[in-house]
Amino acid sequence: MICLDLFLIFLKIGAVSFGGGYGMIPLIRDEVVSHGWMSEEMLMNLIAVAESTPGPIAVNVATFVGSSQAGVLGALCATLGVVLPSFFIILLIAAILRNLLKFAGVQAVLGGIRPCIVGMVLGTGLTMLLSTVLGFSSFGKGMSFDWRALVILFLLAVAFFAFKKWKKHEPSPIVLILFAAACGMGLYAIPM
Amino acid sequence: MQSKKQKRERVGLKRLLILGLSFLKIGLFTFGGGYAMIALIQKEFVTKKKWVGEEEFLDLVAIAESTPGPLAINSATYIGYKAGGVWGAAISTLCVCIPSFLIIYLISLFFDAFLQFQLVNYAFKGIQVAVVFLIVSAGWKMFKQIKKNAFNVVLFSGVFGCLVAFSVFAVDFSTLFYILICGACGLAVYLTSLVAKRRKGNAAKDTQSLSLTSQEASLSEKNGTVCVKEEQDAEVLAERPVQKTEDVCNETDAGEEKK
Repeated sequence: MICLDLFLIFLKIGAVSFGGGYGMIPLIRDEVVSHGWMSEEMLMNLIAVAESTPGPIAVNVATFVGSSQAGVLGALCATLGVVLPSFFIILLIAAILRNLLKFAGVQAVLGGIRPCIVGMVLGTGLTMLLSTVLGFSSFGKGMSFDWRALVILFLLAVAFFAFKKWKKHEPSPIVLILFAAACGMGLYAIPM
Repeated sequence: MQSKKQKRERVGLKRLLILGLSFLKIGLFTFGGGYAMIALIQKEFVTKKKWVGEEEFLDLVAIAESTPGPLAINSATYIGYKAGGVWGAAISTLCVCIPSFLIIYLISLFFDAFLQFQLVNYAFKGIQVAVVFLIVSAGWKMFKQIKKNAFNVVLFSGVFGCLVAFSVFAVDFSTLFYILICGACGLAVYLTSLVAKRRKGNAAKDTQSLSLTSQEASLSEKNGTVCVKEEQDAEVLAERPVQKTEDVCNETDAGEEKK
């Protein structure tokens, strides 16, 4: 049953996701792609919407993926699954094992997980970059260079640093997304 | 006339209701990630309602950062527990998720139809590039923050290299394994350093009449936390939590000195 699958898979994701919302993305991408639930492109669309709406990006992506697979029940199962593990862990720490995090053994495990998350996020970023700009997913499946994507990437970088210099703080994700949307509409409308 | 118990239950229910409504509001207005929600939570519960103290709030943030799950949800759960026990935790977590759940669900209903419009499709092609940019810059920020010691560099490169390599060679390797393996590595390194310390301690015992090291070690172990004092181990641990561990250690030392 797809709902049970969604629940269990997001339960697993929710239990091991560290490092904020972006930490969960490599795990979600892995599951979504390996289960064939949707294309990587579609997932990236979901991520963008999840970034632009209120609420944590991780939970929003779960809700969206669940809904796309099994409607409202799927959305509920996925969201419940992703939230439940951390709910119980926090309860455990707050109520009983207040010093759980102070144990050096626990700290050691967390210390190992931290560089792992950084590696996973940057690794996923790189693979997504390859698929977006080069249309490249793996050897033997061919590739297609998308010059527009490269141009938009460049424009984004310029816009990001210009904004930072001008306003003294980074632009919010929504600003970048809207800017990229505008670039997309402009560039892709130009015939090759 | 209300009995004391009935009065307490009334107050309890009222508190839960306020908790729920506050988190519905917070859940609706949090954009841009967990830290934005932390700021809102602080304003609402520490500054305005004074249900949580400043110190406790900092504790909460440290815990919410180190446990799995989104920072925002973890904070809501913790505050909910502090303010209203297990029911409080359940209500806060539920309410903070409801607004975004509804919004996303509604969007998901129309999304496919929305994408049928060519212009919208083009917009989202651009947006995909933005998502790549956001993920890479988030990763880069994380990278700048971790200490570049041998342990971190080895684990980072290993995971990064394997992830990309397996992806381009279409090898199926669950991301879950990376986390489990790295957690195990962290534990292994820590345990080996413990063994090395014990050996050093035993060697020192032979040359000293009074062995402070073993006294400290046995005292710390009695208190249930093992103090990690070696610099190389400290490098492996995150900054804030290490302070906590050191606080516990310092308390132990202070206790010793008082005697």
